Amino acid sequence: MEPAVEFLWWRECPSWERALTIVREEMERAGLPAAHLRVAEVNDEAAAERLGFPGSPTIRVRGEDIDPPGPDTPIGLTCRVYRRADGRVSPLPDPERVRSALAALADEQGKCR
Amino acid sequence: MSDGISIGDRAPEFSLADTSGAEHAVGGDGRGDAAATVVYWTCNHCPYALAWQPRIHDVVADYGDRGVRFLAVNSNDPGRYPADSPAAMADRVEREGVWEHPFLHDPTQEVARAFGAQKTPDVFVFDRDLALRYRGAPDGDYDDEEQRAGWLREALDAVLAGHEVDRDETEPVGCSIKWR
Repeated sequence: MEPAVEFLWWRECPSWERALTIVREEMERAGLPAAHLRVAEVNDEAAAERLGFPGSPTIRVRGEDIDPPGPDTPIGLTCRVYRRADGRVSPLPDPERVRSALAALADEQGKCR
Repeated sequence: MSDGISIGDRAPEFSLADTSGAEHAVGGDGRGDAAATVVYWTCNHCPYALAWQPRIHDVVADYGDRGVRFLAVNSNDPGRYPADSPAAMADRVEREGVWEHPFLHDPTQEVARAFGAQKTPDVFVFDRDLALRYRGAPDGDYDDEEQRAGWLREALDAVLAGHEVDRDETEPVGCSIKWR
């Protein structure tokens, strides 16, 4: 069974630890079990290609990127450029976007119970 | 790869072209005409470099008329990262319209190796004699604009006042330079 939440990272991008903390905190806030998170390090270009990895960190909920990259975004080992709600560039996704994606997942899972 | 320079060392001599093709030299004939010189590594594709860049532009605006010279250098291999090609650098400078200092291309990566630059960004501050007085990150958090490149500002304030830099070395944080 595919994990509900995937966190893909590359060790050359130091924001991965902070991003993972945000994901874990928001999962807890949403009431999602920690077991629903799969954390995977992407080590080489072959893995990046196989996973469709557009850069680190990448967060997927039910297989969907929480901040879908543009169609021209290359796949590969790189640090991902996020744009915050206020227009700033950041190596971290907007926390509000993480929160809303995980809250929606929790809501969906609640309805399925 | 060279280990680069340490605090107190002189700036390696170099000359590189900017996005308009004009050459900019440090050391040699280019020595001694600035109260301080900031040489920093940056690039187009790295989110850490991009996040810090507006803060660095603000420092340029605040210190440029105080005799501080600023040089941005991109040493990344454009074969691996096309967003860091000389053409892409020129496009960016043109598009953004905020670059008040040269954005230099280091095609052989020799300048990065001579300095020991590791990341984008990676900041080197030199005094009037081109002795290294600060090396590291612009400030303590890529994601906090309020820090305003404070470590770089502290170093420049000290150098311009003729004082020692209290925090003379910090860990550069960002993307690794993309070597060939």
